[in-house]
Amino acid sequence: MPSRPMIGYAQITKSFGALKAVDEVSLDIAEGQFLAIVGGSGSGKTTLLRLANRLIEADSGTITVEGEDVQNVDPVALRRRIGYVFQSGGLFPHLSVADNIGITPKLLGRPAADISARVDELLELVQLDRDAHRDRLPEALSGGQRQRVGVARALAARPRIVLMDEPFGALDPLTRDALGDDYRSLHRKLGLTTVMITHDMTEAILLADRIAVMRSGQLLAQGTPAELSNSRDAYVLELLRTPRRQVERLNALLPQSGAA
Amino acid sequence: MSLLADPRWGEALTHLPDYLGNHVRVSLAALALGLAVSLPLAILTRNRPAPRAILLALASIVQTVPGLALLALFYPLLLLVASVTLAWFGVSFSAFGFLPAVLALALYSMLPVLRNGITGLNGIDPALIEAAKGVGMTARQSLVTVELPLALPVMMAGIRTAAVWVIGTATLSTPIGQTSLGNYIFAGLQTQNWVFVLFGCFASALLALAVDQLLGLIESGLRRRSRLRTGLGAAGIAALVAATLVPTMGRSSQGYVVGAKTFAEQYVLSALLRDRLQAAGLPASARSGLGSSVIFGALKAGDIDLYIDYSGTLWANQLHRTDIKPRTELLADLKASLAKDNITLLGELGFENAYTLVIPKKRAEALGIRTIADLAAHASTLSIAGDYEFFSRPEWAALQKAYGLSFKAQRQMQPDFMYAAVASGEVDVIAGYTSDGLIAKYDLISLDDPSHAIPPYDAILLLAPKRAGDEKLKATLQPLLGKIDIATMREANLRASGNDANSSPDAVAKWLWEKVGGQ
Repeated sequence: MPSRPMIGYAQITKSFGALKAVDEVSLDIAEGQFLAIVGGSGSGKTTLLRLANRLIEADSGTITVEGEDVQNVDPVALRRRIGYVFQSGGLFPHLSVADNIGITPKLLGRPAADISARVDELLELVQLDRDAHRDRLPEALSGGQRQRVGVARALAARPRIVLMDEPFGALDPLTRDALGDDYRSLHRKLGLTTVMITHDMTEAILLADRIAVMRSGQLLAQGTPAELSNSRDAYVLELLRTPRRQVERLNALLPQSGAA
Repeated sequence: MSLLADPRWGEALTHLPDYLGNHVRVSLAALALGLAVSLPLAILTRNRPAPRAILLALASIVQTVPGLALLALFYPLLLLVASVTLAWFGVSFSAFGFLPAVLALALYSMLPVLRNGITGLNGIDPALIEAAKGVGMTARQSLVTVELPLALPVMMAGIRTAAVWVIGTATLSTPIGQTSLGNYIFAGLQTQNWVFVLFGCFASALLALAVDQLLGLIESGLRRRSRLRTGLGAAGIAALVAATLVPTMGRSSQGYVVGAKTFAEQYVLSALLRDRLQAAGLPASARSGLGSSVIFGALKAGDIDLYIDYSGTLWANQLHRTDIKPRTELLADLKASLAKDNITLLGELGFENAYTLVIPKKRAEALGIRTIADLAAHASTLSIAGDYEFFSRPEWAALQKAYGLSFKAQRQMQPDFMYAAVASGEVDVIAGYTSDGLIAKYDLISLDDPSHAIPPYDAILLLAPKRAGDEKLKATLQPLLGKIDIATMREANLRASGNDANSSPDAVAKWLWEKVGGQ
């Protein structure tokens, strides 16, 4: 790929004590790409994600964001220009929906009127009713609504990159599907570059353009779902087979309704 | 007949603006200082386990020191600091009253504020702190926007606990010279004026409740982001401070301050001195309930203008003398020594309030005891009680040495309760005071001291250095000198030990004046 990556990991290693959480990983994420990092717990996928906005610092290797070595960028400024969607929202419970969404623009010193207009725009974008939700506290929202607010908050300062840490993992299946699809179209519409962590290969295949598979800190494989099918790694193949096997079992258990 | 109709409620009420005002000021100043130190410490140590543990341990240790002792310790400490600053920088300050009270109470307030502050800040979901970082907050922004608001309920609970503690403990600042609602309680306990004791307890409890509720209002306002509630709570506290300042505004100069120690005779005599000064047109107020180690320093520093002490007390405690001299010689020596500090020993009132060993008359007759020397033979089978300082005083050492006294047991007791205890046989002998009216009331006798082991304790009138040349003051006090004999003082003390309206120090002072000089 001739153009420079939006996020580039080059031989990144990070240990916590004796545990090598990320081991010599190199990975490029192109502009506009939707990458899913798939792996079990303890695979190092979360660490890899947090290295990108310096919530965690690498032991060795280089990370670039939009061509710049992140070590040369102030971490606070870096985080303000990268959207981050936390597991189960990470909303501040004492702040209203509007204040949660407007937090990063506020930190950036944007005028209050601009922030207010931006909040309304974002509520519409993530399909929440402005009048019903704007002034509520997060505790008054459903899990799906909270995560929509989480997405809106990540997008508030118009980032070009969004990092997502198992964003839909804790939601019920219907909400999860709806939210995934909605985010996918936002990603396309806004021309974002998205890196999403998930342990669910089905979700990764359905939402992402490319998939990176991690295990024990190592990057086992990366590519489109079709490219991954050609992998010779047994674990990668096993992961890829899971969705189809589930469908086969479902088909066997459920009566066939209508024509497929 | 009814408790509510007692005129002493009215008398208590007249002191309220002064006592309550001082109480509120010292409590809120201490609380503010305590918060100003504890909150930043809680914030600084929230992610540092080692200093946090040390800090909490220190605060806990402070908490185990009884409030009264902590307050009392600050007085000599500040005296020392004041003498150092005087020597090094030429500036001194008063170690009396407000300053030691504020410092000790502030220290006392630290534990709940620190503990709850640290607990509140550490109890926040780490995912939220991570989220604060992730959306681009600096450490300070995270603290102000996320951590402090989330820790607020727990922190405020600590602040409210501290406020209640400080307001309660401030009643104990009376003996170090800080006027407070404790003045009611100390005076009431010493003069058996239960109306005053109750009044003081109720007033401080009500104050504590009011401040607690106002802080609660501020807390709920901050939590619900309601400016109205926060404002109301803050306005309430501001109003409380303002209301307590108003009555004291007009009289920034208190005129002459008459000191008194913590027992009934002192309350009566200070009331008498105050009345005499006021009758002569000199503005005067009484500052009662001062600890006996505090009061002399307060006179020397000019925090009080005059008070009554006892020759033997000063001889032992201030001049650190252990030898014993005849009455007149001791007085002359004392006068000369005090003059070096520019303190005027104006003269004797006419009676002595010495330690004396007291035993029920019947018991003495049965045992055939008249003197302490007679007592010594029986001492090994008897128990003795004294006030809190007696057994560590030189008189006790001198008595033991002179007569070879060795009792079966020795106990410390509140002076007011000693006489009843010896009359009922709970103890066999007590170290009482010669001027105490209860000796006659309970049919007790005071044993002779043929070896003169106990030094003379003439009641003497002392004037502060700044009043050394005050001829009008001296002329006003002159008529009291030599006028109060031991029988009169005993009767006055007996009256003061009653628990009806005629037993208030003010009432007894009036009686005493009529008896010795007034018409």
